[in-house]
Amino acid sequence: MSQDTIVLDDDGAVDPNQPPDPSRRFWVGTACAMGGVAGVATAVPFLSTFEPSARARAAGAPVEVDVGNIPPGQMRTVEWRGKPVWIIHRTSEQLEGLKANDPLVADPESDRPGFTPEYAKNEYRSRKPELFVCVGICTHLGCSPTPHFNPGPQPSLPDNWEGGFLCPCHGSTFDLAGRVFKNKPAPDNLEVPPYQYLSDTRIIVGVDEDNKA
Amino acid sequence: MAGEKTVETTGLLGWLDRRFPVTSTWKAHLSEYYAPKNFNFWYFFGSLALLVLVIQIVTGIFLVMHYKPDAERAFQSVEYIMREVPWGWLVRYMHSTGASMFFVVVYLHMLRGLFYGSYRKPRELVWIFGVAIFLCLMAEAFFGYLLPWGQMSYWGAQVIVNLFSAIPFIGPDLSIWIRGDYVVSDATLNRFFSFHVIAIPLVLIGLVAAHLVALHEVGSNNPDGIEIKGKKDRYGRPVDGIPFHPYYTVHDIMGVAGFLIIFAAIVFFAPEMGGYFLEYNNFIPADQFKTPPHIAPVWYFTPFYSMLRATTDDFTWVLAGAAIVAAVALFLKGKLSGIWRIAVPVVLIVIAVLLRTIDAKFWGVVAMGGAVLILFFLPWLDHSPVKSIRYRPGWHKWLYGIFIVNFLVLGYLGTQPPTEAFNLTAQIGTLIYLGFFLLMPVWSRLGTFKPVPDRVVFHAH
Repeated sequence: MSQDTIVLDDDGAVDPNQPPDPSRRFWVGTACAMGGVAGVATAVPFLSTFEPSARARAAGAPVEVDVGNIPPGQMRTVEWRGKPVWIIHRTSEQLEGLKANDPLVADPESDRPGFTPEYAKNEYRSRKPELFVCVGICTHLGCSPTPHFNPGPQPSLPDNWEGGFLCPCHGSTFDLAGRVFKNKPAPDNLEVPPYQYLSDTRIIVGVDEDNKA
Repeated sequence: MAGEKTVETTGLLGWLDRRFPVTSTWKAHLSEYYAPKNFNFWYFFGSLALLVLVIQIVTGIFLVMHYKPDAERAFQSVEYIMREVPWGWLVRYMHSTGASMFFVVVYLHMLRGLFYGSYRKPRELVWIFGVAIFLCLMAEAFFGYLLPWGQMSYWGAQVIVNLFSAIPFIGPDLSIWIRGDYVVSDATLNRFFSFHVIAIPLVLIGLVAAHLVALHEVGSNNPDGIEIKGKKDRYGRPVDGIPFHPYYTVHDIMGVAGFLIIFAAIVFFAPEMGGYFLEYNNFIPADQFKTPPHIAPVWYFTPFYSMLRATTDDFTWVLAGAAIVAAVALFLKGKLSGIWRIAVPVVLIVIAVLLRTIDAKFWGVVAMGGAVLILFFLPWLDHSPVKSIRYRPGWHKWLYGIFIVNFLVLGYLGTQPPTEAFNLTAQIGTLIYLGFFLLMPVWSRLGTFKPVPDRVVFHAH
């Protein structure tokens, strides 16, 4: 502004050096604090939209599987909550091999919490020794391990391999009870989902006696 | 007229200037922004990064016109862009090549900063904004990589989201919250699309503006690491500076021409770059029941990914040992005073204990995140009396050389399937990377430094 003029009848003018009015400061501060609370409260619904939707939750319903026709030594994959669930019919040799693995696996008794229901806390990690049920997702970072059921030396696997799974992402290995071998990136054994027998040849995955899903 | 600002310009520009700071902004940031006259090759990469940002935004806008963020249709819509949309293949290859070239340019830009001490006082904020841009860029690249919904998209996202599940207590719920489902699914794809096309780009552009404003406030560094602001000519301009426009705008056009030759060569002749820019597994649609036999992130993430993989249970012993040695050394020899002399060693010992009590999986995530976040602290880690590598002791250059080679080796290892020998190499590489930064307060002040000249070294052509 080139032609500024000083106006002298400036009765309302406030001296900029005057200290702030404490009561106004208090109420301005209070208003900001309340506004802040409202702002945070508004964030809650927005952040909640990130949760799985009702539809995604409904898709997590339990699944029934006929296990009578899985040949010994073979596995079948079913979908539960979008994850692969493996159902493996183990042979007696394969069950013998698990014993040999006891000193080689990190958590042979499945003592670590959260991945093994009470009824699967045994050497075979299953309700019945032959039939093994687990979530086929590596406990490291969520890749799906690949089955390597043939025992013996082979690439990327130790020479005393008894059959099991190899995770292609970070090299974790699991035996045929989903137990992780020592000193691998995966911290836990493969998750055994809640499941129960409906008859000798039918199981339901995703629910058990405790109704946990 | 009263109420209007007095300006020197006339006509339309004058009308604008009275209402908007056109001329003053032009002068402050271009025609009267004095940059040191001794810029070299390494100073191309800032403007090139801006160019790639523009390429990504423009090609991105056009890709969104044809892409469908839907798990059922995403893969098909990308193939549709490639095969049926006129010139769609060009736009898409420009975008995919642009993503990799963004990292090439930004890594070289950061290396320049490392060489010439461009992060040192008073440019700490320039550097911090820059590292924040780098983080945004990583997020942008990661979110974008899910969108084609190929096998590598799917399993890469699965692995990275699961990184969060390693956080004690809240981890598993946090990763479900991020995915919006129990596995990576349509919900995940939609939110990643939203982040990729709107949220992160907005933050990115804001940070780029802040990076430039901070830079222009303190002035550019130069290969000699000498401040040019104090030495003025008879007109009051920095005697060792030249106006950014027209001198460096024209100079940068040369850089742009060179860059575009390489860029076009890749787009037209090697858009997949042997599986490094576009991974072969990503030409297979996502299958949530089958992880590909070998998965690896895109090349620009592999150095950090190697450090994640290297952190096994055995390796936490090494890290815990290093933390204890550091605690003892800081207590006995450190220059910390008062409460810090006790507090910092105690914190290090607590970390050493936690390293052995919390799963190695969590520490792998910490190592990977820490490898990026440590860059934020670089301005305070470097205690060398000179800024530029030109005046540092000769062996410092060797250290930088080892750091660069190590970074490349880690990058290579991250693309390879895990083996015993590779894992050991990656563990050594992780120690070198972290040691380079964490020990910098010690090594950066050692040695015989060369005298720094009074004026920048410049020979007119």
